[in-house]
Amino acid sequence: MIGVRSLRYGSVLLVIASLVVTACSVGQSNSGGGGKKTVHVLATWGGSEQESFLAMVKPFEQKTGIKVEYEGTRDLNAVLTTRVQAGTPPELAGLPGPGQMAEFAKAGKLVALDNVLDMNQMKEQYAPDWIKLGQVNGKNYSIFIKTALKGLVWYDPKNFKAKGYQIPKTFDEMLALDDKIKSDGAAPFCIGLESGAASGWPGSDWVKELVLSQAGPDVYDKWYQGKQKWSSPEIKTAWQTWGKIVANPGMVYGGKDYMLSTAFGDAGNPMFTNPPKCYMHNQGSFMTDFFVKGNASLKAGEDFTFFNLPDVNTQYAGAHVVAGDLFGMFKETDEAKQLIKYLTTPEAQAIWVKRGGAISPNKKVALTDYPDDISRQIGQTLTTAKIARFDAGDLMPNAMQSAYFKAVVDYVSNPGQLDSILANLDKIQADAYK
Amino acid sequence: MDLSQLLTLVVVVAGVPLTLAAYIVGTEYLVRVLPDGIQGKVRPWIWVGPALVFIGLFLVYPTIDTIRISFLSRSGAFIGLDNYSHVLSDSSVLIAIRNNVLWLVLYTGLALFFGILLAVLADRVPYESSVKSLIFMPMAISFTATAVIWKFMFLYQPAGAVQTGTLNYIVTAFFHAQPAAWVVDRRFNNFALIAAAVWGWVGFSMVILSAALKGIPGELLEAARVDGAGELTIFRRVVMPLLMPTVAVVATTLLIFALKAFDIVYVMTNGNFDTDVLALRQYKELFTNGNPGRSGALAMILLLAVVPVLVFNLRQFRATEGRR
Repeated sequence: MIGVRSLRYGSVLLVIASLVVTACSVGQSNSGGGGKKTVHVLATWGGSEQESFLAMVKPFEQKTGIKVEYEGTRDLNAVLTTRVQAGTPPELAGLPGPGQMAEFAKAGKLVALDNVLDMNQMKEQYAPDWIKLGQVNGKNYSIFIKTALKGLVWYDPKNFKAKGYQIPKTFDEMLALDDKIKSDGAAPFCIGLESGAASGWPGSDWVKELVLSQAGPDVYDKWYQGKQKWSSPEIKTAWQTWGKIVANPGMVYGGKDYMLSTAFGDAGNPMFTNPPKCYMHNQGSFMTDFFVKGNASLKAGEDFTFFNLPDVNTQYAGAHVVAGDLFGMFKETDEAKQLIKYLTTPEAQAIWVKRGGAISPNKKVALTDYPDDISRQIGQTLTTAKIARFDAGDLMPNAMQSAYFKAVVDYVSNPGQLDSILANLDKIQADAYK
Repeated sequence: MDLSQLLTLVVVVAGVPLTLAAYIVGTEYLVRVLPDGIQGKVRPWIWVGPALVFIGLFLVYPTIDTIRISFLSRSGAFIGLDNYSHVLSDSSVLIAIRNNVLWLVLYTGLALFFGILLAVLADRVPYESSVKSLIFMPMAISFTATAVIWKFMFLYQPAGAVQTGTLNYIVTAFFHAQPAAWVVDRRFNNFALIAAAVWGWVGFSMVILSAALKGIPGELLEAARVDGAGELTIFRRVVMPLLMPTVAVVATTLLIFALKAFDIVYVMTNGNFDTDVLALRQYKELFTNGNPGRSGALAMILLLAVVPVLVFNLRQFRATEGRR
């Protein structure tokens, strides 16, 4: 009897003790993971882009002793929204785009950066347009740390030379070149649309570049603002123009099945086989990183270079779609403030620029920091573009953007369904901008 | 992992069972103080108490709140059944419902069929345990990993190029047929996804059915053999009827898994190429489109679909208990 009793008291005591220990350890982990200071960062990069980001923050970690915990996901919209709604957002996050950023800012989830960053200094170092894209109602809620130029047609100059192909000046010239390549027995283009939860986006780039170059910036603006219907002739024509390539047998290596099942990062690789399976690949400036990753022996300039996606309508010659990675702060900590400040500096951005695949929005990053002539050329094109518009998809509300990506996939699998695909996008447009 | 994290882990692992033990011992101590007549009435409630609290907090409350949310617009206004009518007139939802039906029938059917087949066949060979462990092994892998593995299995390169996907390599090298884009081609992509899921879970039905098979007394089979029944007849007339209660339990579990299919579709196709399922639509409505109402409506549709399965499962359970 005594034994049972003392056992009982013993276990009660044990439990009380364990509860006390639990309480202590919870208290401890709240105060910053056991003394070590960390910043959590969530963004979309994986693979070598992730490595570049980590290289970029390494000097920061060494200097400040703050640890940067990076997490990457291609389903950024969903993961970020979940974390924010659960009340456990990362301190800093790469934002899916200005459209989503504005939604977070209006919901009061983002911390304004006006007092975090030295905005006067930022205005000296960044072009006004880049700063404006990060603003909501005149307040700075986010800042670009890296930019990209879209609508670049990559090609292997040696292959072009061997066959005597000329760089096309207009879209029609490019279509004529396509026919020539086709009759020579190869595919003109390589396209890969697979990208996890964002599958379809590389095709959406084609369409938005064509809208801008064909119908002009006014239509483009109205379109992403939700005031231009998808079924309107201007937008429909852009899809049909793209259809001349993707809906045309023999124009794209492997046909639609290959386009739909190939990861965007691998899509350019058949250009570099011997003999080449395709001759051109339309993708943003960051693609160089994937080329080199997939084929270590390639040299920028010798093995790959680019020409601008030719103008469809000469009236809007030199129009470019640009994009970039916006960063915002969800939780205000000293460590996070230091990191975001650091990420805007020319020193930090020069690290990624040197590694390749990134263009800095910061004017203080010297052109000599670019690893090769090609990226220098891109950096220059970006600052001197006559008509520049930010990625329309990134400016649309989430629901519209993901429907846009899905529409690309549906169109490539079934080009005959264009009208019903666009009608469906109209339906979503009527709903998503409310 | 630094030391404080390790400590937290130890405390959680040891603390949770200890807290529960303390609850039992502590309340029992208090109950003993009560007069004898009441003790018997109070004790059961104390025992189910924690479970009731957890179910109420994590199941009943969210369910009721989901019903409420499913009647609200994005801005939080009451809009009646609008979400339901919108969802049910959405062509992608209709495709998702069709695919869920496919999953229900094929995933459940195939996992059961192969489960029984493997259980019965393995029962008759000396290397039974190694075969069973091999087939059970994918159960240790999450659905996400299964999906990644099968994505590689299904990789597609155009005809003429070297096939990097296992399945297309077999198709082209041994059968000299055209490679197929298994997850893209609408003719068979749903079947490809279901096949991956069956691979992952056939071990589950095999192991449970195999255990049930071992429970069938040998004398029954002997008696049937003595009466001159062939092996197939024995299987149909003796083994199957005795396996039925177990088959029902396994089937309902698989049915529920088929209804909540998500991971495989999300990883392999993201619902593109007409492979969407309701759970993925629900996820996208909530997290991509920011429409809790519509997501709630989809959740309710799924819940309604699960209810008959649950009722059947409970009845079956009670019937089995009653027979004991």
